[in-house]
Amino acid sequence: MTLQEKLTWGGVALLGAVSFAIVALARGESVNAAWLVVASVCIYFIAYRFYALFIADKVFGVDVKRLTPAHRRNDGLDYVPTNRWVLFGHHFAAIAGAGPLVGPVLAAQMGYLPGTLWILAGVVFAGAVQDMTVLFFSTRRDGKSLADMIRSEMGPGAGAVAGLGVFLICLIVLAVLAMVVVMALQGSPWGTFTVACTIPIALIMGFYSRFIRPGRIGEMSLIGAVLLLIALVYGRTVSETPALAAWFNYDAKTLAMMIIGYGFVASVLPVWMLLAPRDYLSTFLKIGVITLLAIGIIIVRPDLQMPAITKFVDGTGPVWAGSVFPFLFITIACGAVSGWHALIASGTTPKMIENERQVAFIGYGAMLMESFVAIMAMIAATVIHPGVYFAMNSSPALIGTDPVHAAEIITNWGFVVTPEHLTQMAKDVGELTIMSRTGGAPTLAVGMASILSGFLGGKALAGIWYHFAILFEALFILTTVDAGTRVCRFMIQDLIGNFVPAFRATNSWINTIIGSALSCLCWGYFLYAGVVDPLGGIRTMWPLFGTANQMLAAIALIFCTVVVFKMKREKTAIIMLFPTAWLVICTVVAGLEKAFHPDPQIGFLASASKYGAALAEGKLMAPAKSVGEMGRIIFNNYVNATLSLAFTAIVLATLVFAFIEIRKALGNPKDTTREIGAALAAGE
Amino acid sequence: MSGMRIGRKVIEQAQFVCDRVAETARLMVGVPDYDAYVAHRKALHPTLPVMTYEEFFRERQDARYTVSNGRMRGCC
Repeated sequence: MTLQEKLTWGGVALLGAVSFAIVALARGESVNAAWLVVASVCIYFIAYRFYALFIADKVFGVDVKRLTPAHRRNDGLDYVPTNRWVLFGHHFAAIAGAGPLVGPVLAAQMGYLPGTLWILAGVVFAGAVQDMTVLFFSTRRDGKSLADMIRSEMGPGAGAVAGLGVFLICLIVLAVLAMVVVMALQGSPWGTFTVACTIPIALIMGFYSRFIRPGRIGEMSLIGAVLLLIALVYGRTVSETPALAAWFNYDAKTLAMMIIGYGFVASVLPVWMLLAPRDYLSTFLKIGVITLLAIGIIIVRPDLQMPAITKFVDGTGPVWAGSVFPFLFITIACGAVSGWHALIASGTTPKMIENERQVAFIGYGAMLMESFVAIMAMIAATVIHPGVYFAMNSSPALIGTDPVHAAEIITNWGFVVTPEHLTQMAKDVGELTIMSRTGGAPTLAVGMASILSGFLGGKALAGIWYHFAILFEALFILTTVDAGTRVCRFMIQDLIGNFVPAFRATNSWINTIIGSALSCLCWGYFLYAGVVDPLGGIRTMWPLFGTANQMLAAIALIFCTVVVFKMKREKTAIIMLFPTAWLVICTVVAGLEKAFHPDPQIGFLASASKYGAALAEGKLMAPAKSVGEMGRIIFNNYVNATLSLAFTAIVLATLVFAFIEIRKALGNPKDTTREIGAALAAGE
Repeated sequence: MSGMRIGRKVIEQAQFVCDRVAETARLMVGVPDYDAYVAHRKALHPTLPVMTYEEFFRERQDARYTVSNGRMRGCC
């Protein structure tokens, strides 16, 4: 390293440390969001330069001369050597989604500091390491998927366990993400109208790019964007015209049924008709919104209004139930570490990498960028008034439905707010009420509206920005619902196909319809159960979703650890062992607490026995209005408890397979990995 | 004279960046570079037929969204 480089990195480190100290140590006075941005960016640069490149060189031993699958199997389609900047964009677009935007918003109930610390530490030591490692291993195995790699490196048993895990996660992810949309759209004609409009808009785009101008992605996306904008603006007229508004005003239960129906129809249609055009829109919109938000935060530089730490670190928070450990670490999944990325990093990206050395830039770098998105979401959630934040994210069971009553309760929690403040905020964004809009998306929308209207349009456009943000979240969640239902359908067909081979044929219409129906029934069950939950589904279900997501990360990291041992790099294995151990501890403790915690707000079994005891005395408890409903709530609690325990069991089973493999690897003096392509590279 | 040459160079560089941005946008939705595909076919499989852009687009679209073993898109 030259003197100039040393000075530059020294400067970056100093700037990062000073900014971080301001963010972390400020008490009493509000901190500007700019410090958070500067601190994060400095940490990202240092982590990339000194940790990611170190791992690539010393742990992986990347070989710049070794031909990647993109060169060896170049077919111009799947396997194409691609410019690293282009591939970075592709990979980032594939990993970024609803997760990093929602998790930090929910975590903000503990103040901005705990969540921020986890986002930064998590990404540097766990999330980005996981993404880069899986990408590297897949690149060395011809772009094989995570499930295939687990099967070949850890045996078919571990592969089957991981497959079951992926299926269960899919169900929970679909249910919880759909719930985020339901919570954002209930009683909101403007939001519901614009989101409903995306269906005909996507259809128009689909037919345009199929028959009128085949393959003209730019043209059709432009048409879609313009129509979307018209729908967004016209939505205000709809909400202000009672006759029209009545058509788009639904309660949560009806919306839940509609989304389940949508998932079924959409997943049966050909992909070009609805899924593909919707995906194009949501991808471009996503990149656009992230850029816009970054520019907004830099220009407006808002003050963070939420305290650094709130009293809810003790686990009594209204947004989600549970204490810092383990629940903070599963509430923010994507943005810190996300198991889903392991599926992406072993998907299309490894087939396009030009050179092994680029795994750090693409795998680690794209995840740092994703983490920055999470930091921006945290900023958006904490620049709004804390009283408004808690009014939006607490269920009616806690704060009631009357603004005066709600303001009183929230003020008693220590976050002074007036009823006028709550009603004025609703009026500003063009809604009847903003209370109990749980799920994160509406809070993010208010935060984004306050940042973006700060430099574009002022208060007059706050309503448009709010509904734009809702539309943006809903657009890609509905894309996920469609794509995810197809994934579940495939897995169901595969599973049942073991007993009824004819069911496996994916080109049969009957199989498709039955498979989609079963798939929607599975995730729809969890969605509906969450929507009727008295404490608001998000409060109980988000921790379950987080546990599931982090379980996949734990599996991916366990796999990475095993391969590092098989490569005979055990001296550096601590780099993998440390995040793996942390993720395993978090998911196992969270899974057990969700099942067995004595507090009925956290533990499913405690909740079941609470309702059971009431039922035995012949009493009814909200929200149940009949004995039958009481029975259903008890049953749901048992299902959720089983699921939490299943997640725990899957992690523990994978751990056992890992111990066996690591023992074998330690006893063998040679590299026992199943890499592909080394001999070929040497021969050419 | 040299001013013009520098001007042309700047335009070429801007063109290069714009092309890469368009390529990135297309790849984000699963459509790789068509020219690279054609060049690859011509160089390595000169006797085999080459798909038109429309066929290429459809093939890539189906490949992106069709679920099969190990081929599934993430959720978040």
